Amino acid sequence: MRYRLDINGAIHEVDVPAEMPLLWVLRGELGLLGTKYGCGVGLCGACTVHVDGAAQRSCQLPVGRVGRAKIHTIEHIGATATGERLQQAWLKIDVMQCGYCQAGQIMSACALLGRSAQPSEADINAAMAGNICRCGCYNRIRSAIRIAAGMEEEGGHVA
Amino acid sequence: MSRELTAANLDRRSVLKASLLAGGGLALDVLIPLPAGARETAEERERAAARLSAFVSIAPDGTVTIMSKNPEIGQGIKTSLPMIVADELDCDWSRVRIAQADLDQKRYGEQYAGGSTATPRDWLPMRQTGAAARAMLVQAAALKWRVEASELTTAKGRIHHAATGRSVGYGEVASAAAAVAPPELSTVPLKRPEQFTIIGRPMVGIDSARIVKGEPIFGVDMRLPGMLYAVYEVAPAHGGRLVKAEIEAARRAPGVKHVVPIVGNGDADTGLADGVAIVATNWWLANEARAKLRIDWDLSAAKGHSSSVYRATADAAIAAGAGADLRLDGDPAAKLAAAARRIAARYDYPFIAHAPMEPQNCTARYADGKLEIWAPSQTPQRGLDQLHKVFGIEPEAVTLHLRRAGGGFGRRLMNDYVVQAVAIAKAVPGVPIQLMWSRPDDMRRDYYRPGGWHSFEAGIGASGELLAFTDHFVTFGDGKTPARAAGFNVAMPPAGLIEHLRYSQSMMPTVVTTGALRAPGSNALCFASQSFLDEVALAAGTDLPRLMLTMLGERREIVPPGGGVSFDTGRARDVIEKVVETSEWTHRPAQSGSGKGFAFYFSHRGYFAEVVEASVAGGKVTVHKVWVAGDIGSQIINPMGAENQVRGAVIDGLAQALAGQAIEFVDGVAQQSNFHDFQLARIPATPEIEIAWVRPDKPPTGLGEPALPPVIPALTNAIFAATGTRIRSLPVRLAIA
Repeated sequence: MRYRLDINGAIHEVDVPAEMPLLWVLRGELGLLGTKYGCGVGLCGACTVHVDGAAQRSCQLPVGRVGRAKIHTIEHIGATATGERLQQAWLKIDVMQCGYCQAGQIMSACALLGRSAQPSEADINAAMAGNICRCGCYNRIRSAIRIAAGMEEEGGHVA
Repeated sequence: MSRELTAANLDRRSVLKASLLAGGGLALDVLIPLPAGARETAEERERAAARLSAFVSIAPDGTVTIMSKNPEIGQGIKTSLPMIVADELDCDWSRVRIAQADLDQKRYGEQYAGGSTATPRDWLPMRQTGAAARAMLVQAAALKWRVEASELTTAKGRIHHAATGRSVGYGEVASAAAAVAPPELSTVPLKRPEQFTIIGRPMVGIDSARIVKGEPIFGVDMRLPGMLYAVYEVAPAHGGRLVKAEIEAARRAPGVKHVVPIVGNGDADTGLADGVAIVATNWWLANEARAKLRIDWDLSAAKGHSSSVYRATADAAIAAGAGADLRLDGDPAAKLAAAARRIAARYDYPFIAHAPMEPQNCTARYADGKLEIWAPSQTPQRGLDQLHKVFGIEPEAVTLHLRRAGGGFGRRLMNDYVVQAVAIAKAVPGVPIQLMWSRPDDMRRDYYRPGGWHSFEAGIGASGELLAFTDHFVTFGDGKTPARAAGFNVAMPPAGLIEHLRYSQSMMPTVVTTGALRAPGSNALCFASQSFLDEVALAAGTDLPRLMLTMLGERREIVPPGGGVSFDTGRARDVIEKVVETSEWTHRPAQSGSGKGFAFYFSHRGYFAEVVEASVAGGKVTVHKVWVAGDIGSQIINPMGAENQVRGAVIDGLAQALAGQAIEFVDGVAQQSNFHDFQLARIPATPEIEIAWVRPDKPPTGLGEPALPPVIPALTNAIFAATGTRIRSLPVRLAIA
């Protein structure tokens, strides 16, 4: 099946089965490799993208159901004000260890700040609970979100 | 973005080869002047860069390129080793770029990520490497200015001559420096610690800026023209053999290009299991086609290899007696008989999986007898050796590129996915293929941290002293040798600290593949022994920190039987006293639903004492805070990465105990397959973690592992303090009160 997909503000044409998850269209057909495979069943969040601004697991979204939705991936997120602030906060305190899950973490955090400019700790926990970081960077993920939201002083390495 | 150098163009441009000698010293051995105006077509900067050693080259504009030799798996070595070189080179960190070295141990010395060994092993050679390059630059400037080298100073990539006020950038003298005879590494002057300008400063990881933008730097992000994607179907049970495979339906599936039955070598260590590879234009299409395979497996070898059978076998082994002695000090039997009080308890823990977020993968291309590999391996040289063993491929015919790994935790010490990818690449010569396992593949075919059982007994004297201690350990092995990572540690405290002690062992066979998981040995032994010692402490009328301090006694070094890394009781005392102070440890409160637990362990040269504060309600454990006191020597190389390693280890250990982690087997088939039935830590459970360093005047050591072991018994001891329920089996399962 042929599909016209609106990804990161550009139209991409692909010819793939309708059931192919968006994740594998991004990675296998379009060379957008920032979005990661972790579990294939929506349990880890490594494949998180924005579908019309909402965080979704791209491994659970068949390409045939994307339709005209606007897809945004980690490759594009720095072009948004919130995304750029998150990237800068992530770097300020060097959130990551292996880094594999971090694209998904940033995409979920970006959707959170889109809904809630000043999230509480409970908001952060709820919004980020679906994103696994096997290395355990969670203290710094919380801090980076607060820094990006202007709720925490940036200061070298923090708890 | 920086283009990474390849081994090929390094060779071509070699000015100076540095090689690590067998003993660990660095020798700068061969001097081959760079041809003037070398005909390079690469980046301009590299075209003119002068190579001062295998690790350091400097471009005319002063940009310093430092080769990072070890695999990066999230431990931060790609940043921290070059920091050491850069500091002694006395250059400007903002002008440093770091290139990942290909596998070439003749050039770079050992290149692996395991055992928290890189920092202790490479600390001095990396400093010498940086200092040698600096000395060559200084010598070149001295020759240029016709002054003595001793009159020159350096700072931030510039050389200064105070007497005449002259200064010159490293880049301006780099090509002249490349022709200077390298100094003797063992005598090249090194900085005093107070002169460090890069070491000890929090530095952002060298790949972090690329990671937040989603740039393709991981193993699975490798792409080559014409590359196809592969999956590898193996038997559901460990040790299964392929009898018959019907592959036609899979071959006709959308996108599938090749279906390749592969005869394994029956060697679980190299990991070339019998299987069928499916190669397709898209990984998802390859994975979908697996459902169309019809394979008859012979699973008879795995019959009876079930968790319930292992448990019953361990029970029987413990009932049968003490097993074979591993260590016998004094006369523990007599001391137990004479003790005022004896306590005994059994502890056990399950198999667990590594589950790095990036599944096992490897990209390979085999053409004209040459093999090129892109692998996120922790032990690439071992991978190369196995390719020779399995396929007869000579190491000289292989180019192995290291890719950043999405987590390691010991899983990628094994190279099964490399061997499998090469088996597939050999079947489709000329076609680059990328093998990636699905998450269930990864969960079911791990080299698991093996389960184990301990039967402890302790004798306590009339005045509360620990008189005797015994542990009968039941593990997996062939009767003579324990399975991989299933061995005991005869230096496990309280060994060496009391006179009468016996450690013994029984074994049962397993078809399940086992291997090292972060802090191997220690991650499980610490839970069992420090939990039982907590019981001993209470029975003796004291608490675990006090019991440990009493047993540690005078400051001294204890050399383990048979040699090895010695244990410094003074350093142990200091971290225990530190965490007692930072956590405001007090004697146990009444069991009011919340409490603190303590544990100490020495592993991978690191001394760690940790306190966990937890509460329990409705059978659910909440960890509120963890205090860590650690000693990894005088110098924390990159505090930014170091604190991340400690927090990660704490969170990892807590999840092992609290997230229900256990891999169970029925006739050799792992029953868990994904993150719904093998849970990892998630953000809501993350406690505050407070870290304090003790920094004695000792050489720096590694940090990938030693912070993990104590947190598990500190947690289970906290649960006891909170509830009176002793956790003697992992994972933690509490009745809903």
